[in-house]
Amino acid sequence: MFAYIVRRALYAIPILIGVNILTFALFFMVNTPDQMARVQLGDKHISEEAVEQWKQQRGYDKPLFLNTEENSQGLITDTIFYQKSFSLFLMEFGRSDAGRMIGADIQQRMWPSLALAIPTFIIGIAVNIVFALFVVMFRATAIDTAALILCVALLSISAIFYILGGQYFIAKLWHWVPISGYLPGFEAWRFLILPVAIGVVSGIGGGTRLYRTLFLEEANKDYVRTARAKGVSETKVLFKHVLPNGLIPILTSVVVVIPSLFMGSLLMESFFGIPGLGSYTLDAIQAQDFAIVRSMVFLGSVLYILGLILTDISYTLVDPRVRLS
Amino acid sequence: MSISILDVKPVFLFSDILIYILVASLGLFFYQLMRNPLSRARWRGVFQSAAGMAAFVVICFYVLVALLDSIHYREPLPILENQTEVHYSQEIRSALDLIFVGVHKRSEKTYSSPFSLQLFTKENMQDENDNLYRDYPMLKHAGQHLSSPAEQGQDVVNKSLLALLVGLLISAVFVGSHMLWRKIKKPTTELPWWSAYLTATVLVLAGSWAIGLSQYYHIAGTNIVGVDVFYQSIKAIRTGVLIGTLATLLTLPIAIVLGISAGYFRGWVDDAVQYIYTTLSSIPGILLIAASVLLIDVYIELHPESFSLGAVRADFKFLALCFILGMTSWTGLCRLLRAETLKVSQLDYVQAAHAFGVSNLRVIFKHILPNVTHIILIAMVLDFSVFVLAEAVLSYIGVGVDPSMASWGNMINEARSELSRDPVVWWPVLSAFVLMFVLVLAANVFSDRVRDAFDPRFGKG
Amino acid sequence: MQQDILLEVQDLSVELLATPSQASKTLIQPISFNIKKGEVFALVGGSGSGKSITSLALMRLLPSALHITGGQVLLSGQDIFAYNELQMNSVRGKQIAMVFQEPQSALNPVQSIGQQVAESLREHQKLKGAELKRKVLSLLEEVGIPEPEQRYDWYPHQLSGGQKQRVVIAIALACEPMLLVADEPTTALDVTIQKQILSLLDDIRRRRQLAILLITHDMGVVAEMADRVAVMQKGAIVEQALVKDFFASPQHPYSQELLAFLPKGNEFCQPVTEDALLELKDIKVWFPQRKGLLQRVYDHTKAVDGVSLSIAPGETLALVGESGSGKTTVGRAILRLEDISAGEVYFAGQRIDVLNKNKFLPLRKKIQIIFQDPFSSMNPRFSVREILEEGMKSLGVGINASERETRMQQLLEKVGLHAGHLDRFPHEFSGGQRQRIAIARALAVEPDLIICDEPTSALDLSIRGQVLDLLQELQREFGIAYLLITHDLSIIPKVAHRVAVMKEGRIVEQGSSQQIMENPQNEYTQSLLASVPSLLSKVSDEELF
Repeated sequence: MFAYIVRRALYAIPILIGVNILTFALFFMVNTPDQMARVQLGDKHISEEAVEQWKQQRGYDKPLFLNTEENSQGLITDTIFYQKSFSLFLMEFGRSDAGRMIGADIQQRMWPSLALAIPTFIIGIAVNIVFALFVVMFRATAIDTAALILCVALLSISAIFYILGGQYFIAKLWHWVPISGYLPGFEAWRFLILPVAIGVVSGIGGGTRLYRTLFLEEANKDYVRTARAKGVSETKVLFKHVLPNGLIPILTSVVVVIPSLFMGSLLMESFFGIPGLGSYTLDAIQAQDFAIVRSMVFLGSVLYILGLILTDISYTLVDPRVRLS
Repeated sequence: MSISILDVKPVFLFSDILIYILVASLGLFFYQLMRNPLSRARWRGVFQSAAGMAAFVVICFYVLVALLDSIHYREPLPILENQTEVHYSQEIRSALDLIFVGVHKRSEKTYSSPFSLQLFTKENMQDENDNLYRDYPMLKHAGQHLSSPAEQGQDVVNKSLLALLVGLLISAVFVGSHMLWRKIKKPTTELPWWSAYLTATVLVLAGSWAIGLSQYYHIAGTNIVGVDVFYQSIKAIRTGVLIGTLATLLTLPIAIVLGISAGYFRGWVDDAVQYIYTTLSSIPGILLIAASVLLIDVYIELHPESFSLGAVRADFKFLALCFILGMTSWTGLCRLLRAETLKVSQLDYVQAAHAFGVSNLRVIFKHILPNVTHIILIAMVLDFSVFVLAEAVLSYIGVGVDPSMASWGNMINEARSELSRDPVVWWPVLSAFVLMFVLVLAANVFSDRVRDAFDPRFGKG
Repeated sequence: MQQDILLEVQDLSVELLATPSQASKTLIQPISFNIKKGEVFALVGGSGSGKSITSLALMRLLPSALHITGGQVLLSGQDIFAYNELQMNSVRGKQIAMVFQEPQSALNPVQSIGQQVAESLREHQKLKGAELKRKVLSLLEEVGIPEPEQRYDWYPHQLSGGQKQRVVIAIALACEPMLLVADEPTTALDVTIQKQILSLLDDIRRRRQLAILLITHDMGVVAEMADRVAVMQKGAIVEQALVKDFFASPQHPYSQELLAFLPKGNEFCQPVTEDALLELKDIKVWFPQRKGLLQRVYDHTKAVDGVSLSIAPGETLALVGESGSGKTTVGRAILRLEDISAGEVYFAGQRIDVLNKNKFLPLRKKIQIIFQDPFSSMNPRFSVREILEEGMKSLGVGINASERETRMQQLLEKVGLHAGHLDRFPHEFSGGQRQRIAIARALAVEPDLIICDEPTSALDLSIRGQVLDLLQELQREFGIAYLLITHDLSIIPKVAHRVAVMKEGRIVEQGSSQQIMENPQNEYTQSLLASVPSLLSKVSDEELF
């Protein structure tokens, strides 16, 4: 088991290197350090020295990939790529191009992201499971058909409409909650109700339908037939046999996103003015701040791979067939 | 001076050519598919549900609109004295505009609500005695034929009835001729044509009503620059349909080649492919897309000569966006194909082919590929709606289609500020919502039917 | 004696509901039969005859697409079709219990077996706590689960197939039902285990005076266990009789067909005395198992661990063993569908296991294969023509298309089909017909040796004989040798010249068919033979032939 985890973690390293190279290449094809300097410094007419100085301060004065002026180690290490990217592996994010400490920003901004993402996640899954079970109880009846139609309709609506609609009706028209904004600490709940609610509602269509399919797959299996042949009532069959087995694929499929909850939802945070990592990333894209973007990309990749590892582990915890083999 | 159809200069945008090639090749592909009785039986299963039939008709309508909107031309400018050659307008029009009979020419100054006769905001105006006053200015192109605003109600009713009648006639012609064709050909299977007729009729009626009334009113109001919102939403169809189709088709080559290779050859090929798609999947999609789009912007800036017309530049950016979406979204399908290929290559008939010494390439093309087609198909129809929805989000971030191109995403983007106004401007976002919702809903319903027919595991339980 | 009758089925009919693409279909025509207390009533028939549906209908456990359209079922005089669902639940598991075919999937994978047995008791007898556990343990003991205390907490996947079926039987017996419905309870199990389970059922029946509705396609099982038998064909009961009378003189043509297949008498094929065509010397196929950080190979799965055999031209060697014995792997290894880890393979005197891919290609004409499952052995999208032609094209048999066409037509005629079938697709044929197409496909390239991997296991009993007859005929005409891989010993006397018995990757005994069947030396071989629900003994006793 331990060996397995270590092996998966080691496999993550070439992936992260690949991610790094890809992001780096993409960004530096778009933005040479010269251009970045000009954007950051702002003025139209910048002297060459100012640009050079800006570059030197931030370590962008070196060659991109290979430094032919140095030999042996320096060939690779004395480049922008190595210096900027490898430090990431040590979780040193350095400074943003605007000058702030990225690491500090991340630590500060991750709490609002979590405050939004975790409730949405947990409530969303619970709601979807309950609805799916309900529909499965009434399968092949009018309720089932109506529910399916509703689900398809709900998932045909773009997330943005949910946000805009929610903000407009609930916040603006009826004044139940503030439209957007955020207060740190306990006060935050007032600002979180609407985004969490919208997050949950917008996920009902797809989630309920998916879970319904998974439960139905289980309900058609042989062991359910055995249970019925025992004379167990339909409801008991559903809760004691279908549900536990159906939860296995559900849980393992949701575990994979748990680490990524840190990253926050770009859309939600932006529309609701929540100062989390999602809006952080979005702002950085729009401001073309490469330092922040590459840090977030790296963080995102690490979390994604963590999610993959967690999924494998959760299989062993949840499914006795895997656990005891 | 009226312009005859022969005077116009046709414009062939890249995306126009592409869309016609696409539709033609899709048609050819399906014709080929119909020759296999297994495929025929499955497709029949799709169309045997009334919902599937209706959804398909809706999608066809949207595609038809997109096709019409892809025939572009430039009108000749009036010839001045001392000019020998004809100059053409910078504006690029499409065949769809012809159907709208000049709605595009009837822009106002700024916002106006649906069916209104006035602008939405008050302005400073002067009356006959040069006195300044603030009031709602009258619209230039709404209700000009009315002698008094009070008449509007009755007028709308009259015009509606007339338009509906015309619509009824048109649909009767089509439905009637199809029914006749059926009587003559006597096809063997019973398909729920009534559903198709009903949907088509509803759509034609809605269309004729909308177009008919648009001649006299702005039925969905106007947006901030005064463009008729209904017209704008319809023009956005082409963008949505194209993104959905193009991006979907562009995911296919890589996903198919890599997925099948990984599942069939296994070993190092499998490891390499897994590495590639794991790396790609771990980069948040939005970032990849955003970076790539910025790249394209840089390219455009560095090559101004190739992009003389604004529309050409917008078109190129649009195609590039479709391409980027395709290139960044293939990993899901790739994984599915790899899994299915692993399964299929263990089946006895593939083993038999190996025992016959059939070459790998032939095995892949004749045995593996045809038996994973259902996965590709299901993924295609699912991806279509995902991409249409994604366009809205991307425009919001600022890496969507060019703002000069009509798209639902752009309309929604503007909606954010519009909804916070007081009084609120709600009609552009509602219009975009309705049209986008209908398309995505139809696509989802259709994809559900396809999945039911092709992958029995997802039946109704 | 009316009091003797436990279950009475009157005019039961079941229909498949109409769908948009299909009209409704009658699956069970009105059938009637009854079962007496304590008797074993066998319901036999081929696939699609409706026997499983009948059993499900009795319990009202039909899938939603099937509908009971008429009839009554009287259990001890009460019409259980008139019950509502709640009442029916107290019949299921308590008065009528069911044992299904697939033990692998019949148990809830995330519940311990103890809990699953307990559920029945909790549900019907409201037992709790220590009393409940005691009852469960005694049940597990009764069905022969070793160390029931320990295994109470085990999960299904930790048990073998046979043990799982025992647990299923324990569940069925928990509340002391009067009738046990057993739907092909041993079909999915290995031959040696089958015998154990059947004798367990027999024991239980005697001890508890239990009536059993035994659904099976195996006439040997019927002969050994049943008191009365009913034959079903296409949803109708075509004959009902006491087992004694049935085997003595079957009335209906279909019944006669079913019985005709059985091995008659003791005629064996004598081995051929020519030089070997195929020779295997100490073949090993090992699959590496990896573990640890660096995925080092720490052990091997020895699927084939030192097998030596030979087949002469025109001879049939039966390679017999249970599942997991490695017999299929041997066949695949000869064809290079698996890699050989050690050993030598000779064909017509030439060593072939060291040839590279290209040099091996022409040999593929000489050695061909027929698979077990006629449904998955052909690409459903290929027409019969394409199926037959594929091998010919890739191996260069037949100079041009028209020559190939002629050959294909001849082949189809030879296997009992028509030239007109070339344009049809696999799904239009029955299992037996598809297997014929598979035979034609193998024949198309003119092989000297065909590896037949369980060619009749997936076919209905009445069809098996026909396919085996066809194979024999082709052997006589073309002099083809067969490596007949099978777990079914009863077909050996009919078709095999020599037999090799495999166990856990090794051959434990080899010899002529007569030798092996009449005078087996090895213990394992003896136990295999003993497990075959022997019709031979019963049949010869009854002076049928």
